[in-house]
Amino acid sequence: MDITGAEAVIKSLELEGVEVVFGHPGGAILPAYDPILDSPIRHVLARHEQGAGHMAEGYAQATGRVGVVVATSGPGGTNLVTALADAHMDSVPVVAVTGQVPTGAVGGDAFQEADISGITMPVTKHNEMVTDPARIAGAIKEAFHIASSGRPGPVLVDIPKDVLNARIDFSYPQRVSLPGYKPTVRGHSKMVRDAAAEIVAARRPVVYAGGGVIKAGAHDELARLVEATGMPVVTTLMARGALPDSHPRHLGMPGMHGHWTAITALQQSDLIVALGARFDDRVTGNLAAFAPHARVVHVDVDPAEIGKNRQVHVPIVGDCRVVIGQILEAYESAVRGGACPAELAAWWETLRGWREAHPLRWQQDPDGSLKPQTVIKALGEKLAGDGIVVVGVGQHQMWASQLVGFERPRSWINSGGLGTMGFCVPAAIGAKVGRPDAPVVAIDGDGGFQMTLQELATARLEQVPVVFCVINNGTLGMVRQWQELFYAGRYSAVDLSWDCPDLVKLAEAYGCVGLRCERPEDVASTIDKAFAVGQVPVLVDFRVDREEKVFPMVPAGASNDDVVESAEEWYAKASTGAGGSAGEPGGAGAGSLPPSMHEGDVV
Amino acid sequence: MGMHTLSVLVEDKPGVLARVAGLFSRRGFNIQSLAVGPTEAEAMSRMTIVVDAARQPLEQVTKQLNKLIHILKIVELDHGAVVERELALVKVASTRATRGELIEIADVFRSKIVDVDVDSLTIEATGSPDKLGAMIRLLEPYGIRELVRSGMIAIGRGSRSITEGRGLRLERSA
Repeated sequence: MDITGAEAVIKSLELEGVEVVFGHPGGAILPAYDPILDSPIRHVLARHEQGAGHMAEGYAQATGRVGVVVATSGPGGTNLVTALADAHMDSVPVVAVTGQVPTGAVGGDAFQEADISGITMPVTKHNEMVTDPARIAGAIKEAFHIASSGRPGPVLVDIPKDVLNARIDFSYPQRVSLPGYKPTVRGHSKMVRDAAAEIVAARRPVVYAGGGVIKAGAHDELARLVEATGMPVVTTLMARGALPDSHPRHLGMPGMHGHWTAITALQQSDLIVALGARFDDRVTGNLAAFAPHARVVHVDVDPAEIGKNRQVHVPIVGDCRVVIGQILEAYESAVRGGACPAELAAWWETLRGWREAHPLRWQQDPDGSLKPQTVIKALGEKLAGDGIVVVGVGQHQMWASQLVGFERPRSWINSGGLGTMGFCVPAAIGAKVGRPDAPVVAIDGDGGFQMTLQELATARLEQVPVVFCVINNGTLGMVRQWQELFYAGRYSAVDLSWDCPDLVKLAEAYGCVGLRCERPEDVASTIDKAFAVGQVPVLVDFRVDREEKVFPMVPAGASNDDVVESAEEWYAKASTGAGGSAGEPGGAGAGSLPPSMHEGDVV
Repeated sequence: MGMHTLSVLVEDKPGVLARVAGLFSRRGFNIQSLAVGPTEAEAMSRMTIVVDAARQPLEQVTKQLNKLIHILKIVELDHGAVVERELALVKVASTRATRGELIEIADVFRSKIVDVDVDSLTIEATGSPDKLGAMIRLLEPYGIRELVRSGMIAIGRGSRSITEGRGLRLERSA
């Protein structure tokens, strides 16, 4: 088949089963935009390449398929960098196709030239600049294979304009030849037996499930393992929904703003079974003080994660779904062979006691200002485990992870590793494009929302009816919380405004429905109204109390033993430090805090 | 900390050196020397990287290196079981009076004089980095005008080849 390189790009995407690409055209990628007109592939025109990149991520996370983003050379590519870095940190399968200046101009500082393969080298799983038109099909085939296999991630294919315009004899390769890339799928059988033996022997085990469980589609296997063994489970920020929150073995989320019982269960455990999790600093707190009595079984498809942060007793490299199945089989065969699993009743009695004594602590005064938690809790109740919640980064993200209630995998999409404010709006659009039948609720903060709000136009014109909810406290809430707790309430550069922009007018300017809610008693009816709109996007301005803080909290770098459950407890502890006028919001200077409550030199 | 020598077999693709070097610097390692060239297999190059690192971080950087798509194999070479060589070219100031002494030094280190001018001569020396260091120390008092070293390369002793074993067949993709 004699076609152009540009036609080969689109043909290759079609052959990979791509149904939608997110992108923004420009000079160098122009040749590829012509054949899109004749292709069944839908093109969603974003208002900024970063938006297109997050849309591809949202699509990928909602569907489990590869998200595709197209951009031009120079600024088109550099605008993609944040989204690629985000996908890299959260292991999201994304393929980016960028135009490049013609090969003869490469390296000469041509108009709209940027060395995008060089720039994205540290933030992609792989990238390639294609210089031979005959290589286009192979490069795209490999990009999809690499992006979606092993530990998923973003792959960028950069194609100079003359390569797009060249004529080639197109044929799509049947298989890839990558001698240096062979992800391990099955776990080592001896290690699997060792893992089963650890589980049999453990008296205080905890399953620490991470995003890898969702990436591998291992949620059913996880549930089976838990039901067979009776082990409690915690699900990380990336794994919310991997096991239903309503499951009796589920203790909630560990980490800096996790549930007290989940944090403490890991801390007191004698065995951690880590499945597709990476002992991130937000989960472990001070690594040296993390789960001091625990032996560790670590299952991960990426060998580099095993032993990176925490010493491991049973390392297993492999796909989570396959390996959990293997471990379950080995456990059951050990039990059949006469192994007697340790009694977990005492452990469960302890855990149930903790759960009762340490619920999330927040209160809505019916006559007081609207609490952000009230809104988020109500949204979760409205969805009732159905649909998809997409969030940005900050306080609202933490409250949503704690309060929404997740019953299914891929019902929760957020930027966990990179922590990208501005992720929410475009990612929610991508999720809705991928799962048009599912209700998609975007919960964002007013700070992050203003970083990518122009994609409301994309949502409106592409008819992507997301319910956008801004938890609007008129401030950069998480930064403000840290300034209150660690900088003696000296608020620096955190004030936003309720009046600018006026979110209801903004929604109307974009042809969306705009709603506002300021009182607790209006929350339910406002949400009902927003969900009833249906055909066009809705933007709801929830004006909430700016003093509300996220708890529980383990201060960055502190031990997970020092988890603080409420502002009252924080200030009570702070007042036991030497000096300072603690005891009231903003009163505790960093100098008066006990050592475990300092911000320190940690992120 | 300690010196470690890594032999890294890579596919001969554009940018692979930048990927490897970038990964070391990104993870906070200093490369002491790096030498790269073709191998007995077509489309495969070999890098010899000497790096000063503690054991645990070295293991982590090796695992990260292994994740690069064009990396085929990484072997840490054990100093006792390998032949290590480096090439140095040294341009030393010389006079009629010192030329003889310099030739003597070159002889002791089994080196060659590869260029002579009225006031300088150039010595080509090969050997372990230690041996080259010793020679250079002896030459210093005469005035080293220019020094260039290739970086160390190394090969295992015995008949086994580093390319033997699991799945290292390289196919040329179309």
